[in-house]
Amino acid sequence: MKRVYVNEKWCLGCHLCEYYCAFAATGEKDMSRALQGRTIHPRIHIEEGRDDVSFAVSCRHCTEPLCVKGCISGALSKDDGVIRVDKTKCVGCYTCVLSCPYGCIVPTEDGVIDKCELCLQTTEGTPRCVAGCLNRAIVYEER
Amino acid sequence: MAVNYIYPEQEIVRNYDRCIACRACERQCANEAHEYLPEQKKMTSDDAKCVSCHRCVSICPTRALKIVRTDHDFRKNGSWDKKNIYEVYKQAETGGVLLSSMGNPLDFPIYWDKILLNASQVTNPSIDPLREPMETRVFLGAKSQDVTRGADGKIIPKTTPQLELSLPVMFSAMSYGSISYNAHESLARAATELGIYYNTGEGGLHEDFYVYGANTIVQVASGRFGVHREYLDAAAGVEIKMGQGAKPGIGGHLPGKKVGADVSRTRMIPMGTDAISPAPHHDIYSIEDLRQLVFSLKEATAYKKPVIVKIAAVHNVAAIASGIARSGADIVSIDGFRGGTGAAPTRIRDNVGIPVEMALAAVDKRLRDEGIRDRVSVVAAGSIRNAADVVKAVALGADAVYIGTAALLALGCHLCRTCNVGKCNWGIATQQPDLVKRLNPDVGYRRLVNLMTAWKHEIEEMMGGMGINSIESLKGNRLMLRGVGLNEKELSILGIGHAGE
Repeated sequence: MKRVYVNEKWCLGCHLCEYYCAFAATGEKDMSRALQGRTIHPRIHIEEGRDDVSFAVSCRHCTEPLCVKGCISGALSKDDGVIRVDKTKCVGCYTCVLSCPYGCIVPTEDGVIDKCELCLQTTEGTPRCVAGCLNRAIVYEER
Repeated sequence: MAVNYIYPEQEIVRNYDRCIACRACERQCANEAHEYLPEQKKMTSDDAKCVSCHRCVSICPTRALKIVRTDHDFRKNGSWDKKNIYEVYKQAETGGVLLSSMGNPLDFPIYWDKILLNASQVTNPSIDPLREPMETRVFLGAKSQDVTRGADGKIIPKTTPQLELSLPVMFSAMSYGSISYNAHESLARAATELGIYYNTGEGGLHEDFYVYGANTIVQVASGRFGVHREYLDAAAGVEIKMGQGAKPGIGGHLPGKKVGADVSRTRMIPMGTDAISPAPHHDIYSIEDLRQLVFSLKEATAYKKPVIVKIAAVHNVAAIASGIARSGADIVSIDGFRGGTGAAPTRIRDNVGIPVEMALAAVDKRLRDEGIRDRVSVVAAGSIRNAADVVKAVALGADAVYIGTAALLALGCHLCRTCNVGKCNWGIATQQPDLVKRLNPDVGYRRLVNLMTAWKHEIEEMMGGMGINSIESLKGNRLMLRGVGLNEKELSILGIGHAGE
């Protein structure tokens, strides 16, 4: 299945993927209106290391997802390879947050968790972080 | 400095109704023109640091930024304009020669824009390039002047080495050092996919790019940087650089800070040292001397590769080109005064040389008059901006053109003309690793291929309109050209009639 991959060689650490991700979640048409004055909670994060190395990390959609195994309320499920969250079922125990080896599940202001669902709710077919990447460091492909 | 004589040329305009303070502009500006104010949670910017490269404008996700030319000005003065006043201020402050980058930006006539193309109507059919085959392929090199047949009546081939191009456009010489590794890789891969050539410039050829050798022209310039056996062997053709349109009569100077490990190895000079190309080749003071170098290079490459001689378009260019044709060179390349550069003294760039249109017309005519046009191919360079310029250049007599600036624009260049500073925000004219990585060759090469593919379509459309189905029939076909708003002298040098004639 197609996944989001990152090539750190081309990642510039501009953090725009985070903003495009946050924007995608709002469902708004205008980015300024959607994000102005707000603290964003993106589901993709730029990790910055030494020697100007940076790369974006988002849910790997693991073959054996520890988050789904550990979920006590059945909020997390794997559907057609994509790990999705049903926020109405989430009880905010954060077991998944602790168990994800990549740190890709984030708590939100509402007390429930949020994670990357590959922008399946948008209509473009390409996750927004991928479409918005300046340098084609983030790609969406079959490997 | 207590008194600042110079007000920034451009102003950064931020629409705070749209800015979301994502700080992408701040992170991507190598000149540090943008800054985040954490307490106010808003962005601010310093116009004085902006070079107008438009990186921030292009990446801003909410289109909150634009760069405008400042309206701050002096009292109107027909003689002392702002440019001249500021240049005096700069020199009074620094005591130095002014440096500039890219081509001559001054308001000299652009003859391409005063030449119009013909098209077929009624009495001769135009051709639809989407339905009928069109030939844009050209061969560069000396052409044999007669045909010899063997006893069996078959032609005995005796062609000298040729460069085969799928369309009459090549990427100009831009050295590794003046432009980045990723820019070179983009050019090399694009040339390979397109079936054309790119030119290494005078900085040697990085060993990673030997694989693209079949589409590479290597340059031998006055500094002889990176010239060795494998370098010559790797290439499809060798170019001797005698001059450059942006700075005729001037050598080159790559500052030591751009000579990192890779550039140092490729150029075969110590790390961190300035790479200085002398103004003349110290072994060339005559056409006879040039002939020696031409044949040294032919000898070194076993007469398998064409030799190009590149000169700047200067006043007596036609006589020089004639000498070059007689020196044994296979191709002569003429670089007009608008040709680009990574760095040149401003006075030279803005005041020396002649327009390539005039130079090309004069050279083609001179070579034909002397009956030696077949001995060399002619390549025109120096601000070929679009497919129409290519078509007009071919009709004026060029076998092909070189494009440099247009290729860099395809890679993201916004002509801010500060290549000499080495902090190119687009990853092109820089050696700083964090900036070089901004140009992903996967993206860059595709944009170059797209540009050339588009030009090829346009060239075919224009040829078809004229009822010509092969670029060879267009070459030197000045009947297809008419001038508008040109005087008798200009028309006679260009060898074209006026519109209506």
